Amino acid sequence: MNDFYLVWKNLTRKPLRLFLTLFATFIAFMIYGTITAFQAAFDSGVELSADDRLVSVNKINFTQPLPISYVNRVRAVDGVEAVTQMNWFGGYYQDPRQQLIMMAVDAETFLDVYDQVVLSDAERDVWIKDRQGLIAGEAVAKQYGWKVGDRIPVNSNIFSQNDGRTSWDFVVDGIYKGKNAQDDTNSVYFHYKYFDETRSFGKDYVGWMGIRTENPELNEKVIKEIDDMFANTPFETETVPEKVFNKGFIEQIGNIRLILTSVVFAAFFIILVIVGNSMVLAIRERTGEIAVMKTLGFQSGRIFRMVLSESMLLALIGGGLGLGMSTLLVGGISQSMPQLPTLIMKQEIVIKALCFMVGMGLLTGIIPAMNALRLNIITAFSRQ
Amino acid sequence: MKMLSQIWAVIVMNIRSLPQRLWMSLAAVLAVTVVVAVLLSFLAMANGFAKTLEGSGSDKVAIVTRGGSQSELNSVLSREAVNAVAVAPGIAKKADGTPFYSAELYVVVDAIKRSSGTEVNLPLRGIDQAGFDLRDNVSIVEGRMFTPGNNELIVGQKVLEQFTGFELGKEVNFGKSRWVVVGVFSTGGNAFESELWADARTVQDQFRRGNSYQTMRIRLEEPGNVQGIIDTVEADPTLNLDVKTEAEYFSEQGRALRGMVYFGWGISIVMALGALAGALNTMFTSVASRSREIATLRAIGFSNVSAFFGTLAESVVLSIIGGIVGAVLSFTFLDGMTASTLGASFTQVVFSFELSPELFINGIILSLIIGLVGGIFPAWRAARLPVVVAFRNAA
Repeated sequence: MNDFYLVWKNLTRKPLRLFLTLFATFIAFMIYGTITAFQAAFDSGVELSADDRLVSVNKINFTQPLPISYVNRVRAVDGVEAVTQMNWFGGYYQDPRQQLIMMAVDAETFLDVYDQVVLSDAERDVWIKDRQGLIAGEAVAKQYGWKVGDRIPVNSNIFSQNDGRTSWDFVVDGIYKGKNAQDDTNSVYFHYKYFDETRSFGKDYVGWMGIRTENPELNEKVIKEIDDMFANTPFETETVPEKVFNKGFIEQIGNIRLILTSVVFAAFFIILVIVGNSMVLAIRERTGEIAVMKTLGFQSGRIFRMVLSESMLLALIGGGLGLGMSTLLVGGISQSMPQLPTLIMKQEIVIKALCFMVGMGLLTGIIPAMNALRLNIITAFSRQ
Repeated sequence: MKMLSQIWAVIVMNIRSLPQRLWMSLAAVLAVTVVVAVLLSFLAMANGFAKTLEGSGSDKVAIVTRGGSQSELNSVLSREAVNAVAVAPGIAKKADGTPFYSAELYVVVDAIKRSSGTEVNLPLRGIDQAGFDLRDNVSIVEGRMFTPGNNELIVGQKVLEQFTGFELGKEVNFGKSRWVVVGVFSTGGNAFESELWADARTVQDQFRRGNSYQTMRIRLEEPGNVQGIIDTVEADPTLNLDVKTEAEYFSEQGRALRGMVYFGWGISIVMALGALAGALNTMFTSVASRSREIATLRAIGFSNVSAFFGTLAESVVLSIIGGIVGAVLSFTFLDGMTASTLGASFTQVVFSFELSPELFINGIILSLIIGLVGGIFPAWRAARLPVVVAFRNAA
């Protein structure tokens, strides 16, 4: 009979209480796993942004336009490897309330700057030559059931065509994948030329520019040179690293991180209270037994460790099950809702969760373990 | 009657003995507190946002945007379109007999958010005196109105609270154009207070908008009746416009945070399951520690029904206490707290968390359910406890 057997017997002696405390732990770690995966997905836009990429927007605000002539002038700047222009299209497919993330781009330079948009060579060639072609990310293509070769009408809630129509005809020339699992595949890209020739206003203006520098170390110099070049013109620019731009964009929505962290904190607080309390109670009920064990010669330290192992075991089993459940949930959500950013149960999340389980086990076990350690045999017996 | 007095006696006894089970009881209370506080935070956020936007829309005003544009930002209206709509029937007249409407521009500019120090989108609305008169409750609270033709801004009160750079008297640059903040306006706390206002023609000029506008607001002769305008628009093949009351327009936008309500309920229900486990644990422990007491009562003639209700009441009381504490906590810390998020027009909307009585009741109902479910199984056990066994076990 080893100590583990004793710990196990102690843990399972009241199956109902064990079930309830395990369940509470399970819930908390399920919430932790799922919410943290969401948070990681939100952060991925910032984390996956390339160090050698810059975004140049109108200094007034990124919704204000820039003249198309800027693109060539930026291309000539020392240290710029590639530059492309983009225009927000305000597109929607069938349901006006479901906005597409759809941009008009210059196909070749776009693919040079944004290498996380992965197309097969055949798709790439077809798209570049097809004036009415568009490419869609895997996720958005799945959401609307688009296949390569489909002809689809897309409406814009900003632009209209020269002849007054607000619907444009497109051919799906390619469905792109991301370079990383969490790269965004929710976007749609089509030709700036087609857009500029057919739209009824705003001709020869672009929304913003995406820039790839030869080397991230040149970023600062390139930024300065571009912004200085256009200073004191009617269209001043503000150029920032992509990471900074993406982060600012997410922060416009609000402090999502704070909201999610508070929820996780609340969930942990609940189980800390519930599990901690029932551990204290469980050990108090065993006062007599512990006194007997001590009388039999069990060292105080050994009893301390046994109590702590019990709470640790509880946290690991409940937490492990919860984390397993959240992995299933996260997979299911990603499958059924492709419009959300891809959720992945990353290794870091699992490792952090394990640390939290150990912490939880320690916190809930430490008081009863100390009580057991300090238990005086004589007072314990006389209390009975 | 006898039964009721028995039940009452046991309930009172159980509740008065709660301090003996202080820590277990506190654990149950705390768990419910947290669940209710989390639920109410999300509901108060979504509610505050919706109220702010609903409060912005009047049914005495119609809003005209380009067909399918969904938001003011995406809309474009030519001067010709504005003129064509202005002759529609159903439009109220100004004192001089001309139609009472306001053609407005909506341009997005950068501001710095106080709480994060980052750049965010703020709307700059080009407006004229008619736009001012058209809105209810508009007043200049500090400084003065802008002078038409000058690069002058007036800013909403909430802009000052949440964003920096627009203090009275300050010079602001939008690209190369310089503007001076000459006044602060209030619109009674609604979404317009998150905006900057300037003279429409000056905005057209400085932002190269030619003679175009983005939206048209029209004072209606009869509140809610936009049919005359819709008929006029439909009769003219060159016009492709959406017409609705401003109230309708903003209530659609107020639903943007509806997702928060679902998320809040979802997460709270999952957490409530955790709290339920805590409540069950507490109540089973309570029944176990009172088993001798229950057996004694049964032995002297109390019915098992009284044991059942005594236990159930204990659980419900603990949960309701938790629920009330949670609601009071979220009311004290969250109600009136201001935050801002991106609205449908891609600009910041400043809103306050608002914990209404209906939401409060939602929180109490959730705690009541936890208390009932968490009490019913232990209560069942208490009612079924065989007297002899209870005495033997307790000894």
